Amino acid sequence: MSQIDEVLDIVAQKSMLDRSKLVPEAKLADLGISSLDTVELLCDVEDKLGIELPFNANTSGQDLRTLGDVIAAVEKQLAAKG
Amino acid sequence: MSPLGQNVADFQSGLFAGQNGISMLTFPFRGKEVSFPGAAIKDFDPAQHIHPKKITLMDRFAQFAVAAASQAYADSGLALGPEEAMRTGTIIGTGVGGQGTVEESYIKLFSADGSGRVHPFTVPRLMANAGASHISMTLGLTGPAFTVASACASALHAMGTTLHLLRTGFIDRAITGGAESCLTIGTLKGWEALRVMAPDLCRPFSANRAGLVLGEGAAMFVLEREEDAKARGAKIYARFAGFGMSADGKDLTSPDVDGAARALTLALEDAGLAPKDIDYVNAHGTGTRINDATETAALKKALGARATAIPVSSSKSMFGHALGAAGALEMMASVLAVREDFAPPTINYLGADPECDLEVVPNVGRKHVIRAALNNSFAFGGLNAVLVVTKA
Repeated sequence: MSQIDEVLDIVAQKSMLDRSKLVPEAKLADLGISSLDTVELLCDVEDKLGIELPFNANTSGQDLRTLGDVIAAVEKQLAAKG
Repeated sequence: MSPLGQNVADFQSGLFAGQNGISMLTFPFRGKEVSFPGAAIKDFDPAQHIHPKKITLMDRFAQFAVAAASQAYADSGLALGPEEAMRTGTIIGTGVGGQGTVEESYIKLFSADGSGRVHPFTVPRLMANAGASHISMTLGLTGPAFTVASACASALHAMGTTLHLLRTGFIDRAITGGAESCLTIGTLKGWEALRVMAPDLCRPFSANRAGLVLGEGAAMFVLEREEDAKARGAKIYARFAGFGMSADGKDLTSPDVDGAARALTLALEDAGLAPKDIDYVNAHGTGTRINDATETAALKKALGARATAIPVSSSKSMFGHALGAAGALEMMASVLAVREDFAPPTINYLGADPECDLEVVPNVGRKHVIRAALNNSFAFGGLNAVLVVTKA
């Protein structure tokens, strides 16, 4: 399973939705993922992939709106990790 | 007891001058050093306030509680006989109680080189009621004594409950307020995981605000009915005029405009006041994007046009978010504001945020006639409390 697959797995579990619904354009809010859910989801992703996702709910809340945003943030940290 | 001062006079000076009580706190953690911003009380010497032999019985939070309560009691001029002591309550708010003790004991129990044993006083040190217990024991107060815990609203809930017990004649006077000391690595890591902490400073209502900063401390009041205070010629600082409470019943961490507005309205009704009578609001103002925007909307809903016509400042900008002690420290700020006709500032303000278009007294406090002030606490789980304070 690729690392992005693992991320999508976590999102699928959190949203309790089918993987087919998890498209990059999908807004987290539309997937039924609240701001509190987002914090927990990011923590699960960090634990699973061994990365740190810089995220402050006060400032980054605007940056992580869609599933695509989350994937981009993860890819950025994975690249930095090397 | 506060980073701004360990007595009322110093606290007032720091508060009115816009002193910053927040600094970077460092902790050893897993072989490295980690840093978090926090409003810690530096140079606290418990022996200044507590009998040396009693210190070992108390977690730092209970030491703050006793230190503040002893000052309040001494300042009140009360000298209670046994019958009167039985009619005196001790009603104290705290969020988590003896968190420092909990962590110390876990390190001993669970770390690889820990002793596997804990200090014999671990249980009575960590219990949330330790503040109330030690105040009652130290001052000989033998009336109803207990602790109220509702996170950030603990202290206002404690003080509001005291108000009701006095009105119904259940007690004749009380020591009431809040105490908290949990600037520990565990607490800070917990809040870090919630992703709401600012990296450096607390900037309530400001553009580019980045979250909350934790604090610690205690503030205590002697509360009694007006006729009793006057009959004994007491020095009266202010009047606790009304109290409103509500629960949002919605989200665990996000506040709700309607719930908060309802608590504000209920507080005004209880005090028999209208929005036009309010001259200052000491806000919950944590510095998070969501609280400050929601609180602005709630103030507008409850106070109408008055909300943007009066100073609304957040003292958390100076002494951080003291959790279970927050409402008490902020009531101290409100009482002093009303008494001295001075609106304390919201410091670290960078500029206006359209979602928080209040008169926040940015960075510098100012003289302002205050007949009545509102004091807000909006806690996790949607627990709201508002206390009204008026001139004596």
